[in-house]
Amino acid sequence: MLELRGVSYRYPGYARQVLSGIDLSLADGEIVGLVGPNEAGKSTLCLVASGLAPASVGGTLGGEVLIDGRSIAGQAPFELASRVGLVFQNPNTQRSGVTATVFEEVALGPVNLGLELAETVERTRWALATLGIADIAGRDPMRLSGGQAQLVAIASILAMRPPHLVLDEPTAQLDPEGTRLVGEALRALARTGTGLLIAEHKAELLDAICQRVVALDGGQIVLDGTPADVFEDPRIAAIGVEPPARVRIAGALAARGVAAPGPIG
Amino acid sequence: MTTEASTPSLSPEDRAYLRSLAPATPSPYHRLNPLTKAIVATVSTLAAFVLGGYVAPAAILVLLVLPGAIAARVTARLVRVALLISLPISISVALVSVFTRAGTTVLFTIGPFDATLEGVDFAAQVIVRLFVLAMALGLFGLTTEPRAFVVDLERRGLSPKIAFAAAATLETIPLMIERALAIQAAQRARGLDTEGSLATRIRGVMPLVGPVILSSLTEVEERSLALEVRAFGKPGRRDLLWTLPDDARQRILRWALVAAFVALTIGRVAGLVPALP
Repeated sequence: MLELRGVSYRYPGYARQVLSGIDLSLADGEIVGLVGPNEAGKSTLCLVASGLAPASVGGTLGGEVLIDGRSIAGQAPFELASRVGLVFQNPNTQRSGVTATVFEEVALGPVNLGLELAETVERTRWALATLGIADIAGRDPMRLSGGQAQLVAIASILAMRPPHLVLDEPTAQLDPEGTRLVGEALRALARTGTGLLIAEHKAELLDAICQRVVALDGGQIVLDGTPADVFEDPRIAAIGVEPPARVRIAGALAARGVAAPGPIG
Repeated sequence: MTTEASTPSLSPEDRAYLRSLAPATPSPYHRLNPLTKAIVATVSTLAAFVLGGYVAPAAILVLLVLPGAIAARVTARLVRVALLISLPISISVALVSVFTRAGTTVLFTIGPFDATLEGVDFAAQVIVRLFVLAMALGLFGLTTEPRAFVVDLERRGLSPKIAFAAAATLETIPLMIERALAIQAAQRARGLDTEGSLATRIRGVMPLVGPVILSSLTEVEERSLALEVRAFGKPGRRDLLWTLPDDARQRILRWALVAAFVALTIGRVAGLVPALP
């Protein structure tokens, strides 16, 4: 389990806290969505939950981040790499630039961990198969579609077998087909026991795959519950988050006094 | 021609697959270890500059560079590449040296400038050395994939940070150009004039500098974080997917080349090795 207890965070050189009073837990196999307007602190929360802030980014952390009950304070990112992974929104910046095939790109993390070659190969094949991209193993990572590139970025982290995965807007640069591919892959991944924390603007995706959604505003958690609870709460639109279409349609029908024939979506 | 020592539990299929990931080596020269090819290129270049004249660089070209080019079947391409690399610098060297080098034998005069025989001789010697440099480095570039060199250096203990920094820099350049073009198009759409005289073009470039540099810096930070979450920087041994072969003969050749270069340099400085024409 990944836990944030009373977490606050301030970037180096800034007086204002970007996060404050964050209590959040992510169980094994659970998918938790993170929504909020721009500047709400979603990306910062991803950096803190993955241990990169303050270890690499600097800044001041209050409270505690724990993995399986143990604090990660003072641990270098390479020590945490096999326990919690982070996927960024831009697949281009996640490419190492020194590999000629997707297989080598995905294998880079396990190689860095110092694993035996046989295990590296096994993990790489598993990550590619889990995300349904084994057929592009021999392709050049520079020449992939946006969706494929993002799946390769996720596979690159997955091959290190972290039990917890944090994803910062993994579909931000993807078209609907790419978003669907990533959504399906994440759902399959959670079934293997990996806990997923997904910061995302696309409410449809979170509504479809999450067990829980957390809404962040001004660096604080303002809503925490099932997707239905959070997205149907009137406060979600008030903080600038667009609810999924099913909620908007149901709301529009209710406003006109029309009863929906059944559940929408 | 790759090896994966210490991989007892890999299946034959896995071994074959990993071998297939290594860069293609279509000739015996391609199959030399990247470090051997790098030392051939470096020693050829440095020796041409240290020994000077015409005979020594020509001998280096014939003995060290051309046999490799012929073995690799890249001679014609290499000569074209070497000319492309060396020609612009050679023209400026010729222009500057021929007319500014002091000398007693004036060949012809243009305005206030005398073209001297000594200037022509000096320019020709520099151009010969530049051509050897372009041929030697060109041969290395045409027969060695950068990733093969990076992997080999990493296997020899070079910090992965240095290897990745070099590789990331190479990858960043085309991305920066792409971004600059996108920003330029966006600014043109808002009326910025980037065509016309040199002054207009310079004014047109200035608004690009800030956004390109700032976005590249942001990207560098994200790249570095993305590598960290992939256990980059973790100390200890790594089992690489593939390595390129090396053997005792190549090690002897490398040391022999380095020793010969050091001996020639010392001999030349001490006056024991005569200056060849």
